[in-house]
Amino acid sequence: MDVKYINPFLEGTIEVLKTMAFVNPRPGKPYLKQNNLAKGDVSGIIGITGTIKGSLALSFSTGSILKIVSNMLGEEITSLNGEIRDAVGEITNMVSGAARKKIEAMGYSLSASLPTVVSGEDHSIMHVLGGSNIVIPFEMDEGPFVVDISMGDPQ
Amino acid sequence: MDVSKKIKILVVDDFATMRKVIRNLLKQSGYENITEAEDGVVAMNMLKSTKIDFVISDWNMPNMTGIELLKAVRSDNELGSMPFLMVTAESLKDNVVEAVKAGVSNYIVKPFTAEVLGEKIDKILENIK
Repeated sequence: MDVKYINPFLEGTIEVLKTMAFVNPRPGKPYLKQNNLAKGDVSGIIGITGTIKGSLALSFSTGSILKIVSNMLGEEITSLNGEIRDAVGEITNMVSGAARKKIEAMGYSLSASLPTVVSGEDHSIMHVLGGSNIVIPFEMDEGPFVVDISMGDPQ
Repeated sequence: MDVSKKIKILVVDDFATMRKVIRNLLKQSGYENITEAEDGVVAMNMLKSTKIDFVISDWNMPNMTGIELLKAVRSDNELGSMPFLMVTAESLKDNVVEAVKAGVSNYIVKPFTAEVLGEKIDKILENIK
């Protein structure tokens, strides 16, 4: 996977969470991941099609997503309820939109599917393409989350 | 209080959580009189039976999408001039062109801040004065 796709997703994630949830997640060093195991307790995944095919997943620890959604809703959420699942889907959708806009500025045409949300211990994230994918880790005071990307070559 | 802040705003989105997020952002912008609908069909029924001053609608919804709702509103004799702000997750040129052709008052791309949302609403209200 071409590393030039990392920054649009990194910047898109920060932009969405800063704007909608007033948090400033700290990005760590991206790394390659070989398995399907999710890093967090609740994950949103969305397929990307167009001149580049791939998928994006955001996988949140309980602490990080409770803080994010509490800020988005303006009320304290204390458990992984339906509102959290809805919000994870919406955040995934928005990050995908923000990142695609940046990748489209490189001259590609992209669209996205509807997001799917998965939760539970040791759940898996199945990327459209399989193989290895790049993970961008983020830290918040309340816990970590990751952005897990799999993008193919332009067609 | 600014009189325009008292307007009744209908927020249309199939995700209850997103309606709550927009409600929260509207409150931060000073708008308190807010009602909600989960899709275009419910919204249209509410618009016909309740006094609504402003519509904020998501684009992607089941049953009746945001653009279908906009077209239905614009072709209705009584609701035709209703201020209508469309919310989208991406600034797709084709979508924007379609919405403008259908008579959207303005559109806003997610993510957005309370400040940007407030500015869009103020601008629309200013234009219809």
